[in-house]
Amino acid sequence: MTQIVFYVFATVLVLSAGMVVSARNPVHSVLFLILAFFNAAGLFLVAGAEFLAMILVIVYVGAVAVLFLFVVMMLDVRFTQMREGLQRYAPFGAAVGGVLFAELALAFGHWRIAENIADVPHLVPSPGRTNTAALGDVLYTHYVFPFEACGIVLLVAMIGAIVLTLRERPMGRRQNIDRQHERTAAASVEMMALPLGQGVTELGGFRRPDKSYYVASVPGSYGVTAEAVPQAAPAGDDRHGGLGQ
Amino acid sequence: MAHFFLHTLIGQVILTVLEALAVLVPLLLGVAYLTLAERKVMAAMQLRKGPNVNGPFGVLQAFADAIKMITKETVIPAGANRVLFLFAPFLTFSLAMVAWAVIPTNNGWAVANINVGILYLLAISSLGVYGILIAGWASNSKYAFLGGLRSAAQMVSYEVSIGLVIVSVLLAVGSLNLNDIVLAQRHVWFCLPMFPMFIVFFISALAETNRAPFDLPEGESELVAGFFVEYSALAFGLFFLGEYANMFLMSGMVSILFLGGWLPPVGIVPFTWIPGPLWLIAKILFCLFVFIWVRATFPRYRYDQLMRLGWKVFLPFSLVWMVLTAGFLLATGLLPQGGAS
Repeated sequence: MTQIVFYVFATVLVLSAGMVVSARNPVHSVLFLILAFFNAAGLFLVAGAEFLAMILVIVYVGAVAVLFLFVVMMLDVRFTQMREGLQRYAPFGAAVGGVLFAELALAFGHWRIAENIADVPHLVPSPGRTNTAALGDVLYTHYVFPFEACGIVLLVAMIGAIVLTLRERPMGRRQNIDRQHERTAAASVEMMALPLGQGVTELGGFRRPDKSYYVASVPGSYGVTAEAVPQAAPAGDDRHGGLGQ
Repeated sequence: MAHFFLHTLIGQVILTVLEALAVLVPLLLGVAYLTLAERKVMAAMQLRKGPNVNGPFGVLQAFADAIKMITKETVIPAGANRVLFLFAPFLTFSLAMVAWAVIPTNNGWAVANINVGILYLLAISSLGVYGILIAGWASNSKYAFLGGLRSAAQMVSYEVSIGLVIVSVLLAVGSLNLNDIVLAQRHVWFCLPMFPMFIVFFISALAETNRAPFDLPEGESELVAGFFVEYSALAFGLFFLGEYANMFLMSGMVSILFLGGWLPPVGIVPFTWIPGPLWLIAKILFCLFVFIWVRATFPRYRYDQLMRLGWKVFLPFSLVWMVLTAGFLLATGLLPQGGAS
């Protein structure tokens, strides 16, 4: 019974992995990748590693593949365009793949399990212990330093990616929530007594926000450069405090 | 007879199917009546009557809606990806159903009482985003697509804080088994010592189920109906059912993690007479009432406010609380020594 389940998961896994690289539509590729992850999780379950199975689904399917899908849907990748370079890049791809495969074969051919593995108490499975507890014990008790070091390396990589892509966009208007909460009606709304039939036509038909404030805080946003501002807004007269930073 | 069900393969399959039906049939009935309850409760809050024509107090309205939805025509847009377009609602619906396999309704009463139950729930709820994302993409419509993208970003963001809240609960329990999580609340429900986490979890649950005030993926004022704008008839109905079943699921998670699952408030006589499943149902119904109450009360968040709340408020807050929980448990020697279960 277990064997049948194993072969079902394994067959679907291999087939969907093949579809990932051969599907014409990139979105279909990502969806097949998700199916492959799923079946890998199923294989973990068959092997009795329920914790790894769940973590695989949560991390790869629930987070990583969502971002893949997100990006692939947004980018509008055209595989037909990419295929034009196939002739040129095929030798390089084959070379890299060949080297990787050779190294993998070498590593696998010389794979040995340490002789004293049975003497290391925390690596030997003991009955009555879930594999979640066993994994936690190994990672967080016996190998806590390498594990935390891995975490730091990943954190540095993440911060690096953010730093590389972070741009200050002076045009955007951000909301400062604290200043927004501090606003009161008295500071925000101005009641004007205008003579009948005249209105605000003299001001160009509508009342702009306090020009000096906007131009000073978001240069160029109203078609006026910062130099052209008559004077900076008085400190107490923050009528539009909620917007702009 | 008992031997047949417990010790033969066929018997076990039949038993599992029966167990699943025992959970899913009440769940689907509950979903049908939740749609009615939502309209009735919101009507009461807004001084209206709500549905009151079909049957006494409108109790047949849910079935009238279902019949209407089944008998209408399923329209598939010309440019849509037909397979994925129809796959998305089935995915949403079936994910909302399979998650119930691990929910314990009484001590040891779960279809699958597995060791990693809470991770299973987290995994299933993190998959819910695919239904919406695929629907948004396969519809070949800009509104649906924008709704799908919004939803993906929103659900991934709030999963982070949900995960951290669950970790702080697990620190206090010492097991990933849902049954153990409930049993650990025999003396005090976790909503009292972890009250801030309870609130964070509930608000994240609102965001995770795309409910008001976080229903931006289907914000009708900007996106018509968001990711299911192109759906009609039964496909729309499946989305609808899946969304409400997810509300049930999230209420069930809140009940199990923070409100003591099937346990009565205090373990003394008049309360212990009421059987456990009824307590669980009562707690789930209470959470659902709050879901509806929130919808009737709060205006929708703006998208940047939603992201700010998730990443700049909930994430740091739940992270600090998790560290505090771990430190407190370690300092007082209360940290459970898990691993045996």
